[in-house]
Amino acid sequence: MTPGPPVVSLREVSKTYPNGTLALDRLSLDVMSRELVCLLGPSGSGKSTLLRLIAGLAEPSAGRIEWTEPAAPRRLGFVFQEPTLMPWARVEDNVRLPLMLAGLSRDDSAARVDEAIAHVGLGGFERAYPRELSGGMRMRVSIARALVTQPSVLLMDEPFASLDEITRFRLETDLAHLHQRRGLTVVFVTHSVFESVYLGTRVVVLSARPGRVAASRRIEGPAPRVEAFRTSAAYLDACRDVSTLLAAGARP
Amino acid sequence: MTDRVLAPTLIGLLALGAWEGLVRWQDIPPYILPGPIVIARTVVSDWGTLFPSLLVTLAITGAAFLASAVLGLILAVLFTQSAWIERAFFPYAVILQVTPLVAIAPLIILWVKWIPLALLICAWLVAFFPVLSNTVLGLTSTDRHLVDLFRLYGATRWQGLRYLRLPAALPYFLGGLRISGGLALIGAVVAEFVAGTGGAQSGLAFRILEAGYQLQIPRMFAAVFLISAAGVLIFALLTGLSRLALRRWHESELGTEG
Repeated sequence: MTPGPPVVSLREVSKTYPNGTLALDRLSLDVMSRELVCLLGPSGSGKSTLLRLIAGLAEPSAGRIEWTEPAAPRRLGFVFQEPTLMPWARVEDNVRLPLMLAGLSRDDSAARVDEAIAHVGLGGFERAYPRELSGGMRMRVSIARALVTQPSVLLMDEPFASLDEITRFRLETDLAHLHQRRGLTVVFVTHSVFESVYLGTRVVVLSARPGRVAASRRIEGPAPRVEAFRTSAAYLDACRDVSTLLAAGARP
Repeated sequence: MTDRVLAPTLIGLLALGAWEGLVRWQDIPPYILPGPIVIARTVVSDWGTLFPSLLVTLAITGAAFLASAVLGLILAVLFTQSAWIERAFFPYAVILQVTPLVAIAPLIILWVKWIPLALLICAWLVAFFPVLSNTVLGLTSTDRHLVDLFRLYGATRWQGLRYLRLPAALPYFLGGLRISGGLALIGAVVAEFVAGTGGAQSGLAFRILEAGYQLQIPRMFAAVFLISAAGVLIFALLTGLSRLALRRWHESELGTEG
């Protein structure tokens, strides 16, 4: 899928924590429509902070974040590193949360909730409680919750980092399909070179603290991704390239 | 499961047997130390006096407990609305909690003419703090990512309270209730001791005082037994309530099924 015009542009964005640490230093980045951009960087490179700034959960200390679409119809989905589900609520109620907060009734939201749950392959588990599900299934619920508002932009903060490899591979492929099928714009934060190259249509390498864009590389591969891509020469070449970029960027 | 019932029952029977044996072997007169059998007989024979008094004490306990639950919850929600309110008022809640009830109960009984209300206030003073402090803790220890999520979706203050903070605080609130139930009973009994009222409306504490004056030591023990039994019952009921409310989702109730 070819990326479109920029959806959101970060212009010389800096972020200083209250304790004085400079997390991001004059970082500029355009996120293009329908691309799946992976933000790759070492710990402390401000990846998560960057995502929170884009989501509007924190304010930049300097610089601007510009959206090309007006704010009103913009729909964001956010997936955290942990599933972050409400343990007292059933799967369907967890997924319904964004719609409920927007004031939609149970009846009005039912079809969209069912659709989102089906999209992540959890049909039949609507009435289950989070503790009855495996880690991978909980993460699927979290993704369904992010999709239920039919967002144009999905922000994901190392969502698969705490999952076992088999589950992670499956969820990565599923995400690639969702991205393709729904024409989503995805900003995906990760510290794994392999994950970023497998998932990303583009990988943006951040430098060690303070975070800046060290490099940006397009990844050519099948769209959507298939498991066979993981063992292809193109994949391994890209991994080697990105690893080199990451190592160069990590040097202070 | 069998161990949970069997072990304490066995220890209890052993202790009671040793007590009864000691009383018989040493020939201790009942006005010094009655044996469990005499006490059990007294509970039955004096049931007509003791049971109405038990009901009086339980009524005060129940009212104080309900007031603690409701006011503790409301105060906790108010305290967590702003850091300023919490800082301003929490120290006084602590002062109320740490001031010994026996020291202030005479004043309250002096000021509040209607004795049942005075007793209720005394019992409430002891019982409300665990609900308040536990619920404040619960309301302020919500998963911060869930808080972010609510912000992201533009949740109002009321929605955040109703759908996030209150459910998250429920286990803490119920934990507070379990402590508060026993304290309400203790508060009621202590206040009755201080008030020392006689007549038809007197609670079990007065029966203990009365039996002490009249050297009816077995009746004293019988009254104490009824208070303890009531306390155990209250705790069991509240534990059951907590289990019922949390069984489907909370960690504390996992592994108790099957």
